[in-house]
Amino acid sequence: MFLIRCPWCGERDVSDFSYGGEAHIARPADSDAMSDSAWADYVFLRTNPKGVHAERWNHQAGCRRWFNMLRNTATDDILAVYKMGETPPQVSANLPATPSGEAAIGSGNDAAKVMTTEEGRGEGGGK
Amino acid sequence: MSKVQPYRLPKGGRIDRGRTISFSFGGWTFHGHPGDTLASALLANGQHMVARSFKYHRPRGILGAGSEDPAALVQIGDDAARTDPNTRASEQEIYDGLIARAQNCWPTLTYDIGAMNDLIAPFVPAGFYYKTFKGPLGNWMWFEPFIRAAAGLGHAPSGPDPDRYEALNRHCDVLVVGGGPAGLMAALAAGRAGARVILVEETAELGGALLARDPEVLRLNDAAPVDWIAGVRAELEARDEVTILTRTTAFGYYSHNFVGLWERVTDHLPEAERPRRLPRQRLWRVRAKEVVLATGAVERPLVFHQNDRPGIMLAGAVRTYMHRYGVLPGKRIVVATNNDSGWDAALDMARAGGEVVAVIDLRADISSRHLAEASQAGIAIHANATIVGTEGRHRIRAVSVRALSGAAANGRPVMMECDLLAIAGGWMPNVALFSQSRGKLRYDDAIEAFRPGRSWQNERSAGAANGAFAMADCFSEGVRAGAQAATAAGFDASPPPAPRIVGGQAGQGRIRVVPELPSHVAPHRKRAFIDLQDDVTTKDLRLAVKEGYRSVEHAKRYTTAGMGTDQGKVANLNAFGLLASVRGESVPAIGTTTFRQPYKPVTIGAIAGQHAGDHFAPRRTTPMHDWHKRQGAIFEPVGEWLRARAYPKSGESFEDAVRRESKAARTAISVLDASTLGKIDVRGPDARTFLNRVYTNAWMKLAPGRCRYGLMLGEDGMVVDDGVTACIADDHFHMTTTTGGAAGVLATLEDYLQTEWPELKVYLTTVTEQWAVAAVCGPQSARLVSELCDDFDADPAGFEFMTWRDAHIGGVPVRVFRISFTGELSYEINIPATYGLWLWEQVLEKGALHGITPYGTEAMHLLRAEKGFIIVGQETDGTVTPDDLGLGGMVKKSADFIGRRSLSRSDTARADRKQLVGLLTDDPNIVLMEGAHVIENAAESAPPVPMLGHVTSSYFSPNLDRSIAMALVKSGRSRMGDKLFVSRRDGAPIPVTVSGTDFLAAKDGAMEAKDG
Repeated sequence: MFLIRCPWCGERDVSDFSYGGEAHIARPADSDAMSDSAWADYVFLRTNPKGVHAERWNHQAGCRRWFNMLRNTATDDILAVYKMGETPPQVSANLPATPSGEAAIGSGNDAAKVMTTEEGRGEGGGK
Repeated sequence: MSKVQPYRLPKGGRIDRGRTISFSFGGWTFHGHPGDTLASALLANGQHMVARSFKYHRPRGILGAGSEDPAALVQIGDDAARTDPNTRASEQEIYDGLIARAQNCWPTLTYDIGAMNDLIAPFVPAGFYYKTFKGPLGNWMWFEPFIRAAAGLGHAPSGPDPDRYEALNRHCDVLVVGGGPAGLMAALAAGRAGARVILVEETAELGGALLARDPEVLRLNDAAPVDWIAGVRAELEARDEVTILTRTTAFGYYSHNFVGLWERVTDHLPEAERPRRLPRQRLWRVRAKEVVLATGAVERPLVFHQNDRPGIMLAGAVRTYMHRYGVLPGKRIVVATNNDSGWDAALDMARAGGEVVAVIDLRADISSRHLAEASQAGIAIHANATIVGTEGRHRIRAVSVRALSGAAANGRPVMMECDLLAIAGGWMPNVALFSQSRGKLRYDDAIEAFRPGRSWQNERSAGAANGAFAMADCFSEGVRAGAQAATAAGFDASPPPAPRIVGGQAGQGRIRVVPELPSHVAPHRKRAFIDLQDDVTTKDLRLAVKEGYRSVEHAKRYTTAGMGTDQGKVANLNAFGLLASVRGESVPAIGTTTFRQPYKPVTIGAIAGQHAGDHFAPRRTTPMHDWHKRQGAIFEPVGEWLRARAYPKSGESFEDAVRRESKAARTAISVLDASTLGKIDVRGPDARTFLNRVYTNAWMKLAPGRCRYGLMLGEDGMVVDDGVTACIADDHFHMTTTTGGAAGVLATLEDYLQTEWPELKVYLTTVTEQWAVAAVCGPQSARLVSELCDDFDADPAGFEFMTWRDAHIGGVPVRVFRISFTGELSYEINIPATYGLWLWEQVLEKGALHGITPYGTEAMHLLRAEKGFIIVGQETDGTVTPDDLGLGGMVKKSADFIGRRSLSRSDTARADRKQLVGLLTDDPNIVLMEGAHVIENAAESAPPVPMLGHVTSSYFSPNLDRSIAMALVKSGRSRMGDKLFVSRRDGAPIPVTVSGTDFLAAKDGAMEAKDG
C-alpha cells in the first residue's frame, strides 16, 4: 500500500494510481529499419530489476497525468518522482538494497527475517 | 444445568456479577456473567473440552485466554447465513442467548465418530497425503471426494451475509497497537504531545496484562490497576486527537506504514440489541506517520508426552481467567515451568484458594524467594524434574513426574492427581506485526526467543513485545516509545511519568528451554504435540528432518505445523526449536517461517466493507433505462453497463422475442438504445494526425460531415478496439469505441498523447454520458427519422451512407449519423443525454404508426452476425490481426500507426494463421456452441486432436431461417467450401461447410439497398 507523491496533486494512496510499466522506453521512430527481434524487444521485453527501477505511473483517479517514479523494487522505497520528459534524478538507493543485503536474485527470505549473530551483537531492541 | 458455576471465584474479575446470562454450547445451557468470554464462562462451569482436533479428532480444551489460543475453536450462531466458524472461545464474548457449537465432531463433542482417526494415527505420518496419493492420476480422483468431505474446520455460512460492514480510511501521527501498560503509556506520551493518536486494543477492555494480576498485590499509584487504567482512559478520551478502539485487531502491517485494523462493533451484543445504525464490523485502513507496537508476549507451551489433554492450560492464561474473569479453572492444580513466571502463577493460584499440589521445574536452580513462598503455601516442589505423561480422557486427571538427571528422565515416577495442569514455557515477544513490517528479528539467548532487532519502517516496539517482561520496564518502555514516536512525527514530547508500582513482577528470570521434555516412553509411542490445532507431533517434525526437509518453510508445509487458523502463534517457536535441536543447529541459524497478514482470520465481510451486493461495482444505466424496466426488458451486464438484452412480450420466450425483434429490423422498423457506446471528443489542430496514428486506416482526407470505421491495434499488432469516428470539423472529431473498451481506449490515447507525442495539440474528453443514442433501423426508418426531425430529410438518396448531419427534434439539437451495425438502413440519433428518454419516447410514439419494435442487444448481436460484422472481444481475443479478420484492406501503407511494425513480424505475416470464416452446418437447425473446437476429420484419432480453431459467434438466424456461425480457422480463407467438423461434448462432431462471413449477402446476392 504505497503512498505516492503525485507531482501535480501531492501524496495520495496507491489506489488512486495505475502502473504503466518501465519508463524511458521511447517508441521507435523508424520501426521499418528495425529487425523483428529489435521490435519485439520494444514491444514485449522489459527489465525487472531488484533495486532501482524507473517506472511510469498515472494518477488515474486524480489529475490523470502520467509521471515517472524511481522505486527500489526490493524495498518499495520510493526514491524520486518526476514529470514526463524530465531526466531521472540521481538517487542513492538505500544499499544494501534490502533489509538484509540479500542476494541480487531470489527472495533470500530467511536472511531477510533474522539477524545473524554478528549483526545482532550490540543492537538493542527495536529502534 | 444449574446456575451454580463451580469454578467461579467468590470475588474479583471484570465481570458483572449482578447479572446472570445464559447461553448454549453443544445444545446444553450454561450460565455466565456479562464480561465473560465463552471460554471463561465454560471454565467457570467446569467445561474444559470444547473442540476436537483437525486430523485425529482428539479432545481439545482451552489453552490460552486470547487470540493466541490454538484449538478451542467453536461455531457461533445457528442462523445459516450468520454463523461464524473457527471462532476462538477465548475471544467470543458471551451474551444472553448466544449459541455456540463444537466443531469437527459428529454426532457430538463427547461421542465423535471421527475420533477413530486417532486409532490409525501411527499409520498417518507427516506427508501422509503426499506419500499415499501420489500414484496414478485416477487414484487421487477416486479418493478426493472422501478427503474433501473429511477436511475443513467448521461450516461456512450459506446464503448472502445479512449484516452490514464498513471500511474507513484514517491518517494519524502515532498508531499504538496494544492497550497494555506499554501501549497505554505510549498513547499517553504521544497524546500529551498533541499528536493525533489511535490506540488499538484487541479485547473488550484496556489494560492487557494489568488485568491478569491480583489487584490486591499489584498497586499502581497506590490504587488497583483498574482505577489507574480508568484514569488514563479518561484522559485519553478527553483529548480530541485521540481515538481509542477496543475489540479491534491490527491484523496487517503493510508498506509505507499502512496498517489494517479490524473492529468487531456489535459481535458481543445479543442480536436483538445490535443497533441498526451500526455495522457489524469495521475495517480501518490507517496510514500512520509513526507506529508503536506494544503487542505484548505470548506464552510458550511445554512439549511433553500426552500434552494435549483438556485441562492443560498456559499458566499466564490461568491468571487472566482468575483476575479478569473471576474463574479458577481447577481445584487441584499442578504447575510445570521452566522459568520464574510459573512460580508467580502458582503462588497466585494458591492465594486465590486453589490447591496447588506441586510445582515442577525443569531447572535445578530456583530463586530462594519462590522456594520459600511455595513451601509456605504447602506446595510440593519438584526441581530438576519433568512431566513424562498425563492421564484423563476428556479432561486431565493425573500427571506423572520424574526427576531429571542431565537430559534423561530416569527418576522414580511420581503420580499426582489434578484437574488442572498449568504450564509455563517462557514468554515469546509477539513480533508478528514487527516482522510483517519487514523489521528484522533478533534471537535473544536470554529469553530464548525472537525479539525485534532492526526496524525497517517508522515503528518501534515497547514492553513485552520488545522482550522486556518486567512490569516496570513495560511502563518505562511505553513512555520512551510514545515520546519518541511523537517526536518523530514532529511534536514536542514531554514524557509523562510512569506510575509508582508496588507488587509488579521482575520478569521470567533465567529460562531452561528443552525442545521436547525427556521421557522414558519409547520414541515410537510418544505423542508430544507441537501444534494442537493441526495435530503435529514432535515425531512428525523429526520425520520431516529425516526425510530431508531442511528449511523451516518446507518442514512447516510438509508437517502442517503452524498452518492452522491460528498460524501457530504458540506452536511455531517450539517447532523451530525442535527442528534446530534435531539438526544440531541453533534456532537463529534455521530462522523462522514468514509472519504474514492477517495476524488472525478476518471476515470477508469486513474486507469487502460497503462493496457488496449492488455496491460491489458501479452499475451504469442509460437515460432510457426506466423505460426498458417498465417494458419488462431482460438485462445483461456489458462492462459496467446494464443493457436491455430483449423485450419479451407477456407469454413470449426470450428466444421468440429475439426472433421477432431481429425480423422487425430487417423487414419493417426497429430501434435500439445504443447510448452505452463509448464516445470520445477529439479536438485540436493535430486531431487528424493523431487519429491517423492510432487507427490502421487513413484519416487525413476525411471531410467534415463524413464518418469512417476504424480499427485500433496494440503495439503487438492485435486488434484492441473498433468504432466509427465522425469528422465534425477539421480540428474536431467524434470518436466511438466499444461499450466495454471506452475507458481503456481513452486511457491508452491519453498515454500516447502525454508520453509519446506530447508535441501534438490534441485534447480528449469522454462524452459517453453526454449523448444518448437511439439507433433506428429497418427499411422504413428513413420516413420515421424525417418525421421526427424538424428540419431534416433523411431520405438515403440525399443523405449518404457514412455521413452525418446536424438536425433538430422538437427544437433540441441532435446529430444524425447514417451508419449501420446491422447491414440494414439505419440512423443513429445522438441527443444530449438529458433528452434521452424523451427522444426514445418520441421515437416509439411516432414510430408506432410504422409498427416500430424496440430491440435489445441479443438481436443486435444476431443482426450484425448475419452481416458478418465483428465484435471486438468476441471475434477477437488479443491474438487476432486485421488480416485475420479479413480486414487487411483497412491497413494503410502510407504512414505509421500503433502496431504497424508488428504486422510484418514473421509470426503475424505468415499465411497459415487462423482466419475469420463463416461456418454453415449441414443440418440448418443445429446451432453450434460458441467456443467449440473446429477439427478436420469426424473420426480424429486419440487425443490430442489437432485443433484448427474455434467458433466465435453462433446463432439461429430467423431472417435466413438457418443457423449461422463465425469461426477462427487455420488458413480459413483457403478452405472456402471445405467440409470441416465442430466437436461437441456429447455426440459425434457436427459437419459444417466453410463459407464467407456475410451470410446476408450470400442470400440476397445483391446489396444495393443495404448499408455496410
